[in-house]
Amino acid sequence: MENLEQLVQDGLTAVEKADSLQALDQIRVEYLGKKGAITQQAKTLGKLSAEERPAAGQKINEAKGQVEQAINAKRSDLERVAIEQKLAGESIDVSLPGRGQDLGGLHPVTRTLQRIEEFFSRAGYTVEQGPEIEDDYHNFEALNIPGHHPARAMHDTFYFNPGTLLRTHTSPVQIRTMEAGKPPFRMICPGRVYRCDSDMTHTPMFHQVEGLLVEKNVSFADLKSTVEEFLRVFFERDLQVRFRPSYFPFTEPSAEVDIEWGREADGSIKWLEIMGCGMVHPKVFGYCGIDAEEYRGFAFGMGVERLAMLRYGVNDLRMFFENDLRFLRQFR
Amino acid sequence: MKFSEQWLREWVNPEINSQQLMDQITMAGLEVDGFEPVAGKFDGVVVGEVQSVEPHPDADKLRVCQVNDGTQVVQVVCGAPNVRQGLKVPFAVVGAVLPGDFKIRKAKLRGQPSEGMLCSESELGLSESHEGLMELPSDAPVGASLSDYLKLNDVAIDVDLTPNRSDCLSIKGIAREVGVLNSLVPEAPQIEPVEAVHSEVPDIRVDAPEGCPRYLGRILRNVNLQAETPLWMQEKLRRSGVRSIDAAVDVTNFVMLEQGQPMHAFDRDEISKGIVVRMARPAEKLVLLDGQEVELTEQTLVIADHEKPIAIAGVMGGEHSGVSAKTRDLVLEAAYFDPITLAGKARHYGLHTDASHRFERGVDYELARDAMERATQLLMEIVGGEAGEIVEVSSAKDLPKAHSIDLRSKRLADVLGLEIDRTTVEEILTRLGLRVEKLLKDGWRILVPSFRPDISIEEDLIEEVGRIYGYNNLPVTEPTGSLGLRVNDEATRPVSAIQSYFVSHGYQEAITYSFVDPKVQAQVDPEHEGIALANPISSDLSVMRTTLWSGLLKTVAHNQNRQQPRIRLFETGLRFLQDGQRIDQQPMLAGVVVGPQYPENWVNGRRTADFFDVKGELEGLFSLLGIEIGFVGSRHPALHPGQTAELLRDGEHVGWLGTLHPQVQKNLELNGTILMFELSLNSIITGYVPNFKEISKFPEVRRDLAIIIGGDFSFADVERVARKHAGERLTALRAFDVYEGESLGEGNRSLALSLFWQHPERTLNEDEVHSLFNGVIDALKEELGATLRS
Repeated sequence: MENLEQLVQDGLTAVEKADSLQALDQIRVEYLGKKGAITQQAKTLGKLSAEERPAAGQKINEAKGQVEQAINAKRSDLERVAIEQKLAGESIDVSLPGRGQDLGGLHPVTRTLQRIEEFFSRAGYTVEQGPEIEDDYHNFEALNIPGHHPARAMHDTFYFNPGTLLRTHTSPVQIRTMEAGKPPFRMICPGRVYRCDSDMTHTPMFHQVEGLLVEKNVSFADLKSTVEEFLRVFFERDLQVRFRPSYFPFTEPSAEVDIEWGREADGSIKWLEIMGCGMVHPKVFGYCGIDAEEYRGFAFGMGVERLAMLRYGVNDLRMFFENDLRFLRQFR
Repeated sequence: MKFSEQWLREWVNPEINSQQLMDQITMAGLEVDGFEPVAGKFDGVVVGEVQSVEPHPDADKLRVCQVNDGTQVVQVVCGAPNVRQGLKVPFAVVGAVLPGDFKIRKAKLRGQPSEGMLCSESELGLSESHEGLMELPSDAPVGASLSDYLKLNDVAIDVDLTPNRSDCLSIKGIAREVGVLNSLVPEAPQIEPVEAVHSEVPDIRVDAPEGCPRYLGRILRNVNLQAETPLWMQEKLRRSGVRSIDAAVDVTNFVMLEQGQPMHAFDRDEISKGIVVRMARPAEKLVLLDGQEVELTEQTLVIADHEKPIAIAGVMGGEHSGVSAKTRDLVLEAAYFDPITLAGKARHYGLHTDASHRFERGVDYELARDAMERATQLLMEIVGGEAGEIVEVSSAKDLPKAHSIDLRSKRLADVLGLEIDRTTVEEILTRLGLRVEKLLKDGWRILVPSFRPDISIEEDLIEEVGRIYGYNNLPVTEPTGSLGLRVNDEATRPVSAIQSYFVSHGYQEAITYSFVDPKVQAQVDPEHEGIALANPISSDLSVMRTTLWSGLLKTVAHNQNRQQPRIRLFETGLRFLQDGQRIDQQPMLAGVVVGPQYPENWVNGRRTADFFDVKGELEGLFSLLGIEIGFVGSRHPALHPGQTAELLRDGEHVGWLGTLHPQVQKNLELNGTILMFELSLNSIITGYVPNFKEISKFPEVRRDLAIIIGGDFSFADVERVARKHAGERLTALRAFDVYEGESLGEGNRSLALSLFWQHPERTLNEDEVHSLFNGVIDALKEELGATLRS
């Protein structure tokens, strides 16, 4: 029994010196295993008297516990070091860029259209579509622009044959919607329109959004609020809006809408023409079978590219249709 | 319509400055498009008189002149060809500053001292004319400031009139508007009938009264057309953008600008017998004043004599019958031509004249006589002569009728959203020349004057009231009505969802023209002919697209030419197919992909996108839309014969996916492997509304197998056979490996599949799964000749 203390000392020293989990396990087997040195001490208990045995057994257990505790503590230490070593080897350069697909983007015209549609959808307007190859009747006649009308000169029309053309505005969708349904109406019709004109400030194709509201009791004053609110929401500014008398064959009264866009040299407001609008012409109601005495309506129309140019600062209309990726990527 | 502010102010002179005046008329609906000073900015220019002209001793083209500037006589060297003794000219004295900050100093020209400069019109910013010195009238006061003498403190205002406002194509009309806006009554020049001093009258016959309901003619004898148009008239014309020609033309132009009535003067000696207003005869020809010869159509109204046409009515006169300096007797014409008859006629001959512009929009049908008297009076003041009687031929049934319109005060308030008091309404209407014919219980009966052909219904009157009252003075109110709730079709996804999907998969949206180059389209869609535009803007934008690929591939070329190796584009829009008499306008979704599948990165960053990348992206889209689409190997003339899939939904054609045919790619000068798809939007946007199924609590069983199949069979065949025999509890079937190699034998492929089974109510037992799995293997062997890979 004398050497028990010595064994414990030796064991603790060995544990202290162990430099790996394997070595530690070896030490555990050596001292605490079935045939381990300390375990073997228990076999000597048989030679002792019944009175001596409990005390001796307790000593052996204490010795076991001492070594076991040391081993466990050492194991924790070694494990912690091992994890630290592993982690140290696993560090990455977090500043490297991530992998995977990049993001594309919507065309700025679509982006603009979606903002317009969202505004009017919230105000209860439906979004209507119509054909782009139109007939003369829907593009002109039913909009109170008969064949001889000088307003036709305002529309440089692409024709396929005398009765078939590319729509010059989205207004025919108003007609088709009114023909197909019954008032009241609240609708917008966004889409491509075509004019036979191409230079710095004109492309032969561009986009319009036309809006129409038909109800029993609607006035020019209601039109004003709709247009003003839309423009303030679109530009996210409390900008000044003015209505200037103008002429469209399909509305009466008609107005051009100007917005405040900077200042002139003398400090006065610089006005910029932004859209057209007016009260639906009774003849247009007539063509659509709507009683102009019972119903009134207002309509408005705007050029989408123009709005997009102002909103995003694009300075050349033609870029919208070149689809140069260096241009398109700026709008994602 | 361009006019001089000064001229307008002779008629009506509100106490506002030029800018306020322009703002005012713009806000009344006569949009000011621009304005410019009528002369350049200069100082120190006086009326000078050339007292003598001597040749320059050392220069052939220069002359040495003595010029009186009103206080002294100085020597000036001048090179203008028209310098001559006695001439009165604008004279820039030493110290003067001409436009462009050009200072006049004492100088020596080829040794001769020169103190000042004699000026041309262009040097003073009066016109573009470089034709020598500006010649002033002989009564111009020597020494007077040129600016004061010519009243150059004036601006030319350009108003962009809407086509309905033909009444404002004259000083008279604009003055009327300005009068209304400022509560002033314009002062018009007095027009007195000119007494006839001879009995010769033109013989006028109108054979086409529908086109010409009113025609007035008058003979002026013994005129002197060498007489010069007075400076004041020349200046008014110049400031209105009209060039001075001769007294007869100038006066007719002047009356047109002042009154709004286009007129014409013929040389009487060139008119054979009498004037006939008729439609042109087939193939009749006429040489116009501008020198071009036109072949007239039968729809063209002409002024003719008894032999030949002498003018296109309301558009332009003929060269032959036009007046010249030698003309002694002339016939003045003032007519009312029907706007519908004249519509588009000028354009048909490639013309657009001040006259046609006005007649097409509608001239005051009661104006011709006043205009005739005004022109006669003005012309005789210049060229002398003797006036005859006016002959008028008119057809009451063809002339527009004076009419009245009832304006209801309630309707007025309803449309404008404001009740305007009666006196204000009446004041506005009356000043506009709209007479209140009768007061009604609930409104007014308004007589529409002859100069307002645009006013035909109650709304037109409402607009007039609103316009003058001021749109910006009307209230702003919210629409009150409501449409009620709208149907929300959940199974149909908005196009915006598809757009977002592609954007999040690295696609950039493009918007290309709907008309394309037929040569490009013949390459990508040889089986359809694009509908051709009758008047395309250019040959490469001349047919409607039958596929969105035409525009997208052009966009690829554009970007490849600009060093963009990685291009992923999509577009939505219509394609146009001629379908018998019908035109099919079908919304499509198309895309093109070329270059690396992923943006270049530091691991595997350069792998080129292939068919299965794009197919996977489309499959993702179909999942999003909740639809099932089959991909079936097929052929398309623009696509690689071995890499083309036709897309089917419930057996119906939906679109194509494939690799651009290498030959087409070469023809279009494109680089790289180009993957393309195009789908019919309407065929794919409607999916289903999810319907919950109980989640099985029981385990899923997986079995893998690897088979070798011959080149005749596709994965789709394997899947079809496997599914047929796998029973109703099969939940999934996936390919997890595909291998081709020499070791397998020519054309053979190894395909590894995993099959998943699950029962909703119980655990599947080993035997069941085993027998289904073996059934699948047997069927693959039997039906496809597959061999099991060990």
